Parts: sequence; C-alpha cells; structure tokens
Amino acid sequence: MPDPATLYGLLGIVLAGLGVHAAIVQRDSIRRLLAINVMGVGVFLVLIATAYFGPDQDPDPIPHALVLTGIVVAVAATALALALLRAFERSEDE
Amino acid sequence: MTPGALLYLDLLMMGLMLVLAVGALYARSLRHAVILFIVFGLVVALVWARLRAPDIALAEAAIGSGLAGALLLAALRDRRRGAESAPRSPAWQVVAVGAVVAGLVLLLAWAFLDLQGERANGPLADTVRANLDVSGVSNPVTAVLLNFRAYDTLLELTVLLAALLGVMSLGPQRPPMDAAEPMAAGLIGWLIPLLIVAGSYLLWVGAHAPGGAFQAGALLAAAAVLADLGGRREFRLPGQTWLRLLAVAGCAVFTLVGLAALIGSGVLLQLPPDWAGSLILLIELFATASIASALFLVYLGGHPPSWNSREGHPDA
Repeated sequence: MPDPATLYGLLGIVLAGLGVHAAIVQRDSIRRLLAINVMGVGVFLVLIATAYFGPDQDPDPIPHALVLTGIVVAVAATALALALLRAFERSEDE
Repeated sequence: MTPGALLYLDLLMMGLMLVLAVGALYARSLRHAVILFIVFGLVVALVWARLRAPDIALAEAAIGSGLAGALLLAALRDRRRGAESAPRSPAWQVVAVGAVVAGLVLLLAWAFLDLQGERANGPLADTVRANLDVSGVSNPVTAVLLNFRAYDTLLELTVLLAALLGVMSLGPQRPPMDAAEPMAAGLIGWLIPLLIVAGSYLLWVGAHAPGGAFQAGALLAAAAVLADLGGRREFRLPGQTWLRLLAVAGCAVFTLVGLAALIGSGVLLQLPPDWAGSLILLIELFATASIASALFLVYLGGHPPSWNSREGHPDA
C-alpha cells in the first residue's frame, strides 16, 4: 500500500503545477490570483506531507508552524493584490 | 479505521481536491471559479486534519477558505464590467505551457520521491521536543511559533500590518451593506456569539492543544465580517480608530516583550522559561485582537470614508 505522505506530496506537486499553468494561461487578474493561491496550497501540501510520519508517530511541528505563517501571509498578499486591482480598475474607469 | 478504508478516504479526498482545483482554475464563469475555490479550501482543511495538522486545518478553514473567500466574493461584486471580458489564450499556448509545466511537475516529483527514501524526523523536531518543557506551552506548534521561532511570527504580524497599510492607502472603503433578509439576519445573530466564544476558546486552548492566536483572530474577524455582511450595525463593532490601534497593538506588544527579553537575558525575544507561559498568553491576546482587526479592515477594502474630506489638505 502506498504511503499517504508520498501520495499527498505528489498531489501537492501536481496542484502547484496546475496553478503555474493557470497563472500563465489565464488572462483575467482574479483568475490569476486564484491560480497563485492554488499554487500555494500545493506547496503547503508538500511541506505537510514531509512532516507526516504515519498514525503512530508525532508529526514534525516545524513545517506546521511554517505553513501556518504561510497561510496568513498568503491571505494578506491576496487582499493587497485585490485592493491594487480595485484601484487599477477604478483608475481605468475614470 | 482499517488501513484499507483510510486509503479509500485518501483517494476520495485527493480526487476531490484535483477536481475542485481544476474547476477553480478553469471554470467558465468567474463566480463559479471563486465558489469552487472556497469549497477547495474546505476540502484542503480536511486533508490537513487527515495529515495530523489540526492547527493548520483550523487556520485553513477560517482564513484560507473563509476570509479569502469573502475577500474574493467582495472583489467580484465590485466589478462592474463583465467578468468574462478578458480574452482567452489561444489553444496552442495552453498546450505548450501545459507541456512545459508537465515537465516541471515530473522533475519535481522525481526529486520528491528521491528525498522520500531517506526522509526521517529531522534533528530540528527532536530539538523542539527536547526543549518543549522550557517553552511555557505544551503544543509544539505554538512553541515553535511563539517561542523558538518568535522572530518569524513577529515578522508575519508585520507583513499583515504592511498589507493593511497598502490596502488602506489604495482607496476608500466599500459602502456598508444593506440589512440582511430576516432569515439570514436571524442566522447571523446566532452565529456571531458562537464565533466569539469559539475564538476565545481557541486562543486559550492554543497553549496545549490545536488552536492559537491566528485561528482565534480569524474567527473574530469572521464574526465582524458577518456583522457587516448582514448590515447589523447594532453589534457596535469598535470604531475605526480603535480598530486601527488594535491592528498595531499585536506588533507593538510583541516587540516590547522581545525588547524586555533583550534587556533581561541579552537575546532578543528569548523568553525566560519561568515566565514564558504568561508572556506567550499576553502576546497571543494582543496578536489575536490585532489579527482580527487587521483582517476585518482588509476586508472593508480601504480607508474610512471620513478620510476623504481631508484629501487634498494634507495638513488638516
């Protein structure tokens, strides 16, 4: 039976790849933001998968702290990007 | 649960994640894409719980899925022009980029599998466990965040503050929402006290179980966002000036504690073991208030309307 850490890690890589693809191919800015966020989740998944050592052993807390920080930074960056977009579209309308 | 059943659950969640991610990235309607992204975030939270990362599961559900979703939906509503107006990339580009990205994914997968062979619980994890009893808390993730790597968390709060400053300098807030319909308003009236209780509990329990300042702050911010969405101004949120002061308070108290530790022990942010538990609770209390108000102000999307009257008169 395949190790769940390996399976989820590989899924994380695929998700990051999908995010990169959509970030390049999509033209709409909000879609690109979504793509970057999916990319981030992929990276987080790889990190948490490497911290998982099966149901009997405690996971490594350091990647967990890193990802927790990452989630907050990601949402802060998303909010700033959305505000920039709004200001940009407002200036285009004028 | 037997290992076989767990494998099916894993495959089910992985399949769901893939389908939802593809939907969020390529759905024809942008609104559908955003909603699928929110659902994706909730499934990701389940996966974090599955991989024994309950702290992250809580943060993902509240911040990664909840607040990011609210931000994205608000941004969609701001758009007056058709969301589909952006031109689509030609098919050959989609395929060419796909081929390059597929190569990249295969390369990364090979590197990942290569590393998996020799992977073990790193020496850093052992260091954390060996020193847990001097950290003042018994939840290893909280110990790393607020003691061993407090510097990172202080900078993280600063990043949040910087993002807030950016958002506030870019334009005015959105106008307040209309009052919600009776059903929604009733539901919001029930949810807000629950969120406040749950947030306070998470803040307290973070010392020895999953939880902590970020999850608690996110829940409190969610309560404020809900109040705003329902147009319930009678909840008497703190005034805008108070919110801004609270948003800075987390960084300020954290820095002051760090400086006091510098004077006491000669090392910045080196908490004395006897006091560490209380100091962490103090930092987390202000960090929670800070994160909650920063996230809510970021959701409001700009500076308060009263600032507009001062525009053009920088001295006023």
